Amino acid sequence: MSPKAAAPKAPASDARRRKGQEDRLRAVWENATGWRYFSNCNNQVVGLWYTGASFFFFLFAGVLALIMRTQLAVPDNNLVSADFYNQLYTLHGTVMMFLFAVPIFEAVAILILPQMLAARDLPFPRLSAFGFWCFIIGGVFVAGSIFFHAAPSSGWFMYPPLATDPKLSGIGADIWLLGLSFIEIASIAAAVELIVGVLKCRAPGMRINMMPLYCWYVLIVGGMILFAFPPLIAGDILFEMQRLFDWPFFDPTRGGDPVLWQHLFWIFGHPEVYIIFLPSIALLAMIVPTFAQRPILGYGWIVLAAVGTGFLSFGLWAHHMFTIGLPAISLGFFSAASEAVAIPTGVQIFVFVATLLAGRVVFSIPMLFATGALAIFVFGGLTGVMVALAPFDWQAHDSYFIVAHLHYTLIGGMFFPLVAGVYYFYPFVMGKMLSGRLGRWAFWLMFSGFNIAFLPMHITGLRGMPRRVFTYPEGLGWDVLNLVSTLGAFTMAAGVLVFVFDVLRPKGKAPAAPRNPWKAGTLEWVAGDPSEPWGIRSVPPITSRYPLWDQKDIVQHIDEGRYYLPDAQEMKRETLVTDVLDAVPLQVLRVSGNSFKPMIAAFLIGGSFIAATFHWWIVGLISGVLGIAAIMVWLWTGTAQIPEKPAKDAGMGLELPLYASGSASVGWWAMFITMVGDGTAFASLIFGYFFFWTIHADFPPAHAMGPGLIYPLSAAAISFAAWALMLVARRANNAGRTGALRLALAASIVLALGGGALLLLGPWMTGLEPTRHVYDAIVWVLVIWAALHNAVGVLMQGYCLAGSFAGRLTTEHDIDLLNVVLYWHFAAITAVVTALVIALFPLAA
Amino acid sequence: MMLWRDKANLWTLILPPTVWALHFLFCYVATAVICAKGGYMAGLRLSVGIATVLALALILASGVQAHRHWGFGSDMPPHDQATDEDRQRFLGLATLLVCALSFVSVIFVALPPFLVADCR
Repeated sequence: MSPKAAAPKAPASDARRRKGQEDRLRAVWENATGWRYFSNCNNQVVGLWYTGASFFFFLFAGVLALIMRTQLAVPDNNLVSADFYNQLYTLHGTVMMFLFAVPIFEAVAILILPQMLAARDLPFPRLSAFGFWCFIIGGVFVAGSIFFHAAPSSGWFMYPPLATDPKLSGIGADIWLLGLSFIEIASIAAAVELIVGVLKCRAPGMRINMMPLYCWYVLIVGGMILFAFPPLIAGDILFEMQRLFDWPFFDPTRGGDPVLWQHLFWIFGHPEVYIIFLPSIALLAMIVPTFAQRPILGYGWIVLAAVGTGFLSFGLWAHHMFTIGLPAISLGFFSAASEAVAIPTGVQIFVFVATLLAGRVVFSIPMLFATGALAIFVFGGLTGVMVALAPFDWQAHDSYFIVAHLHYTLIGGMFFPLVAGVYYFYPFVMGKMLSGRLGRWAFWLMFSGFNIAFLPMHITGLRGMPRRVFTYPEGLGWDVLNLVSTLGAFTMAAGVLVFVFDVLRPKGKAPAAPRNPWKAGTLEWVAGDPSEPWGIRSVPPITSRYPLWDQKDIVQHIDEGRYYLPDAQEMKRETLVTDVLDAVPLQVLRVSGNSFKPMIAAFLIGGSFIAATFHWWIVGLISGVLGIAAIMVWLWTGTAQIPEKPAKDAGMGLELPLYASGSASVGWWAMFITMVGDGTAFASLIFGYFFFWTIHADFPPAHAMGPGLIYPLSAAAISFAAWALMLVARRANNAGRTGALRLALAASIVLALGGGALLLLGPWMTGLEPTRHVYDAIVWVLVIWAALHNAVGVLMQGYCLAGSFAGRLTTEHDIDLLNVVLYWHFAAITAVVTALVIALFPLAA
Repeated sequence: MMLWRDKANLWTLILPPTVWALHFLFCYVATAVICAKGGYMAGLRLSVGIATVLALALILASGVQAHRHWGFGSDMPPHDQATDEDRQRFLGLATLLVCALSFVSVIFVALPPFLVADCR
């Protein structure tokens, strides 16, 4: 179907009908107020909370930086102690990366993406809310630790053996590990939401070649999160097992190796730099065409750059490890990839410059920040090419040269574009303009302050000043440079203050911002009045990359409700689901409304993580079990609801189904995406197993007699049978044989439990002791991981069984069953691969 | 199969960089294992060489397909019309560009075993 641009003519007399529609939409989408305010599950509100909270963390980490710069202003200073200084830089890096840079991408995307796609909301609003609450709980826990002198102090990448030693690193390392693991869950939740949103919730006709470039970046970055965060989660598990239970993953005296942590951390850590950078560049890709007043030149080249950077950024991780003694050939691979990534990065810059040259540029505050961003980022990129060369890096490693380099890339590549984005999108979010005068002050203070602070650091570093020292003696040639850096830091901070003042100052008397104040071409600017909760009055069919420039009268027709979903007859929140390539409308999706359940679930799950930090095992267990129960209640009452009728009129004469299952449903895609991330974490654990093999002459060691063949192999066979029974269950359900469905589910539950138990019995019966040697420990971790997947699978099977008895799971309404079968594909692979590796590899080795 | 398709999609778009990623992983793992277990350089060079030829061939095949999807360049960008044809041409062009980047990057990554003498 090709959506037509011309809307059907509505008779002039139906103003009253239009008013009725608006009243219903307003009532359905109305935000909760008063004491129920925090039950809101709507992208506009959650996005705003998310943005505000992550920006607050930015200011917090900025203050930590200012304390550090004050300490370093003069030699032999004693403003703070060495230990407190360690906490300052660790928390500064941690908060900036985990609590500001990544979350603000998710925040901004949740806020603006639905409008850009002309969707009423993203497909899983409660998941967004859950992610936000996870983030705020973990964030306050980690950041607050410094007020109790308990902050992590081993650097933001937590290298063992320092960070695994409870005596040297204190409780701070546990807070870091558990608090951030919890936030990583939030990031993966956001990735699921955003990927499905971009792929399945676009306006009709917004084909893949017509998406706003921002959407391309969000899609790529969502995919990167799925492959980047899970290795860190796997690393966190190993790390925490060592700290809590003394399993020796990183302890060389018992076969472990600290380098494994470095690998797992940086497999996450380097892509993360691009996870931060690409969404900010994406903001520039929206801002530049608007102010050049022309379509972007080289749309396809930007897609190349986004895809290319997304992939290449995974081949860079060991360039953080050039000095640890890897073979020179290995260094060469990472050096080569690090140089190669400069190609797509450069392409983006050239596309922006070309677009500006070809257009008639309107200079304004967002453009000022955008050009500042490009200048700073190019400088940081060039030093990046320098340190990508291993011999140069050996000289500069862990010196202030690196500090300068990374701040140039992150502040140029992430912070300045973000501020440009705030100036650009502020009227769209708040309905008022920010001040041009204050904006210029903020820019020049920040831009000059930044360069005064960080440019000298290149020289300080080349003169030998290592990073992370809390003070230095005078006369080494560092004194003046450090003082200048400190002055610059405070100048930049003044700029940030001006900016914050401009954002927060009451603007009651200021005139409302005009609709589409920058004369942009993309759909988010349709939203005129942010106080209307519905997002968009009716969903237009799209025929251009810049609909507001090219589609005549589109705004007027949207406002008149002439397009899709102009009404909410059944008083339900609805949005359109379209297909991946051509955005053909497929379904009217009922999205869930406001609820406290995601918040309650997040607090309970968060409670179990926090309790584990302090070794309150009983409290942690109770909180975790209650958390799982809360999630079950949330799912049962809020997802896969059976609509009161199979289809409805979606407007413009189109009848669309209200229910879809399998790969046609958004839930199936969410499960698929989640399990890809889960599979990556599993692959990281398997990587650990083989990593230990490569560093040992005898692996398994002579003492290890397990896990043998019988237990793992029978576990594999039985888990495989559990999976096969799920296929039987699906077939029985399709055929309408309810009895057979229930029987297959019940039998599969028994087999899944048996398979999990056999996995655990392998190392148990053969006497592997996880505290003795890393071999024993890695086998145990693998079987626990696989057995847990069987257990979660059992929970899902039980949920389906209950659904069948409750009449929720039927032949037509089988979302839950198909999603659980999909889960079991992955769970079965996990169990079988685990069993085969631990049983057969010892024979080969 | 992702090759010999009539219709370009997101999977064909990410095929070439996926080949790059697998090639990269192979080179890294082969070096790690061979250097940890004896450092047999000729074997390393041979295996990286074969993997590189395979990877380049796949990327080339993907590029030929992308060139076809693009319509052999008969129609120049921006490919921004709301038609099946422009969607196909856009995906073809983007994939072709991604192929070029992946091709160069595979060669980059393949060089170290041939430039570095041994496992030190």
